[in-house]
Amino acid sequence: MDEVLLARWQFGITSVYHFLFVPLTLGLSIVVAIMETMYVRTNNEVYKKMAKFWGKLFLLNFSMGVVTGIVQEFHFGMNWSEYSRFMGDIFGAPLAMEALTAFFLESTFMGLWIFGWDRLSKRLHAACIWIVAFASNLSAFWILAANSFMQHPVGYAIRNGRAEMTDFLALITNPYVAFQFPHTVLSGVVTAGIFVLAISAYHLLRGTHLEVFRKSFKFGLVWSIVGVFAVMGSGHLQTQYVAKVQPMKLAATEALWESADPAPFAIAAVIDEKKQINTFELAVPGALTFLAHDSFKGEVKGIKELQAAAVAQHGPGNYVPDVTALFWSFRAMVGAGMLMAAVTLLCGWLLIRNKLESYPLALKAMLLTLPLPYIANSSGWFVTEAGRQPWMVIGLQKVAQAASPNVTAAEIWITMIGFTLIYGILAIAAVYLAVKFIKQGPVDSKPDIPAATVKGATLWN
Amino acid sequence: MELNVLWFILVGVLFTGFFFLEGFDYGVGMVLPFLGRNDVERRVIINTIGPVWDGNEVWMITAGGAMFAAFPHVYATMFSGFYLALFLMLLALIVRGVAFEFRSKDDSPVWRNTWDWMIFIGSFVPALLWGVAVTNLIQGLPINEKMIYTGNFFTLLSPYTLVGGLAFLLVFLFHGALFLTLKVEGEMIERARAVALKGGALAAVAFLACVGLTYTNTDLFKSALGGTALWAAVAAFVAGYAFTWLKKYGWGFAMSGLAILFTTAGFFAGLFPRLMVSSLNPAWSLTIHNASSTPYTLKIMTMVALTLVPIVLAYQIWTYWVFRKRVTAKHLEY
Repeated sequence: MDEVLLARWQFGITSVYHFLFVPLTLGLSIVVAIMETMYVRTNNEVYKKMAKFWGKLFLLNFSMGVVTGIVQEFHFGMNWSEYSRFMGDIFGAPLAMEALTAFFLESTFMGLWIFGWDRLSKRLHAACIWIVAFASNLSAFWILAANSFMQHPVGYAIRNGRAEMTDFLALITNPYVAFQFPHTVLSGVVTAGIFVLAISAYHLLRGTHLEVFRKSFKFGLVWSIVGVFAVMGSGHLQTQYVAKVQPMKLAATEALWESADPAPFAIAAVIDEKKQINTFELAVPGALTFLAHDSFKGEVKGIKELQAAAVAQHGPGNYVPDVTALFWSFRAMVGAGMLMAAVTLLCGWLLIRNKLESYPLALKAMLLTLPLPYIANSSGWFVTEAGRQPWMVIGLQKVAQAASPNVTAAEIWITMIGFTLIYGILAIAAVYLAVKFIKQGPVDSKPDIPAATVKGATLWN
Repeated sequence: MELNVLWFILVGVLFTGFFFLEGFDYGVGMVLPFLGRNDVERRVIINTIGPVWDGNEVWMITAGGAMFAAFPHVYATMFSGFYLALFLMLLALIVRGVAFEFRSKDDSPVWRNTWDWMIFIGSFVPALLWGVAVTNLIQGLPINEKMIYTGNFFTLLSPYTLVGGLAFLLVFLFHGALFLTLKVEGEMIERARAVALKGGALAAVAFLACVGLTYTNTDLFKSALGGTALWAAVAAFVAGYAFTWLKKYGWGFAMSGLAILFTTAGFFAGLFPRLMVSSLNPAWSLTIHNASSTPYTLKIMTMVALTLVPIVLAYQIWTYWVFRKRVTAKHLEY
């Protein structure tokens, strides 16, 4: 493999791994904040138990997100130094602002929250987790604003052989981020909701800690149903916008080789990328046009036409991303979303009729949905990033021009294997702890220091 | 003031904050397995930095981000040039970060001991590597006319830079042990002092050797400010050692902090207006002008940074105030 491909793999592995933890942090921080606020408002100890139990899992997830996030910030310079030179004037600013506005807040107030149960007033302590939740979601905004530039460059000029910022306001009001940010945050909401539901379902099935998990389940259900439909809506709007500004990404995601008016939506297809044809298609006529334009009339441009246009504009080259992978990733995301909607609605219906706990199958189904948000999050990002190929920054810089010229294949192999190994070991340790905490439930863990020296309430015991 | 100069200073301030703050928590991490004789003691030691280490680490992240925003070529050249060294540092920081979270979450002594050693490695390796990195920056690196680093991992290792690494490591250890004298109780204070005195003696040797080699190997002392700052750092260090001897720990910690502050300031002053020195041709060095972002970007960043840095400082100081009391074995959160 050449350096560029290796660097892409490394970025893919570390980014997907990092993003396993990010959405849960985004959503669960808010969930814990709400639970603690309910405790402050009502003085009901059950809410405190809930905040602490979910908070414990949140922290585990949070720490994994933090440590894998450091790699992300260093990556651009390490593997993509030409990108950093070309884009630094624009891309560096949101990254620095992310650190200044969000990371400091997040890390400082997280520390206060973890160690401050007895040192801060109840209200101030709850405020700390709200600040963490705010900062986490703010950091998502900055990094998405940076990513949005790569998808849809705005507010810049090409001067001195690089992209230079001419309008900061345009950068942060990029319509692309206006669509991408809500979709990402809402996917975090859903991830947290399904996480709470699946684990609550586990305890409801076992009949353990019913008070805490009945409340958690109800909360998670409302949260998830609202979230899952909002994430679908925001995703739909985002795709409509992508259809406008990244027609190639849309065409590749839909495996639409020929321009069509109206264009069909393929539910499944056998794709032959070499011959540029789908040898088999299960399609709904006109549906793609409707999805893209809210009307049954209107053209959706096909891959072949867009490729020809790209060649005319940017010179010879292959401008078609990996169609098969995009096609199926998108369907994995949508399919996972629909399954989550179905299971949460089913459980909601049973809950309203007060029959939930007499249908263990429904609870088992809920438990089994746990991987779905992760599948949806990863495949969604895959569509976004792989759909940008061969461009690093659409229209401005290709991936092949962006890699570090002085980093050798051997060096990338070393780091890729190293990161993969360490990430694998950490995954085992984190899952071990998570499973242990989940099974334990919201119990006071045994004090592991001599009882005589324990005085007053402490955090986890 | 020209914004390029201002950003040079701001990056310097961020690195100073990082070395001052993370300096002691690296130091605490390094002495953890030795000073903590049993699980309770280790938990006490970890809890002295528990609420703050992550916030301290963000100073490094922000310094990196600020360099990316203000001097993208430095970010590109340094990070691609220090490739394997940075990789080692990242691995260390990864295990360190999760170790703090994981270690007390299981009762098994093997589990806890393993993560305690991860905290040790995670503190030792970055401390060493930062010293190697900083001395490399001032000594000069094989950077070509395209701002590309042409050496490899082993190019970074020379007697001078290894001494630099050791100096950073041991000064941080001294700084961390002094921090502990302020944060632990009873008989542990004495032991922390003993570590500070022993580690401090080694640190003195390494630090003086580093300053001496900086005199012979680099042009840092041509800058009056750089030279003065380094001698001030030596003076502060000696004073810190004396205060430790006299059991005036507050003063001792303030002085070890000043030593770190003056050292960082000295190195930055010696670099100015360069950020990375090319050993191949002085004209190929990366400077605040040829490596910077546009005035427009610098202006935007200046407004944001000058507003936010004071706020960040305010709430971080408040955090230290909240956790100002000594950590006691009778009250362990983690």
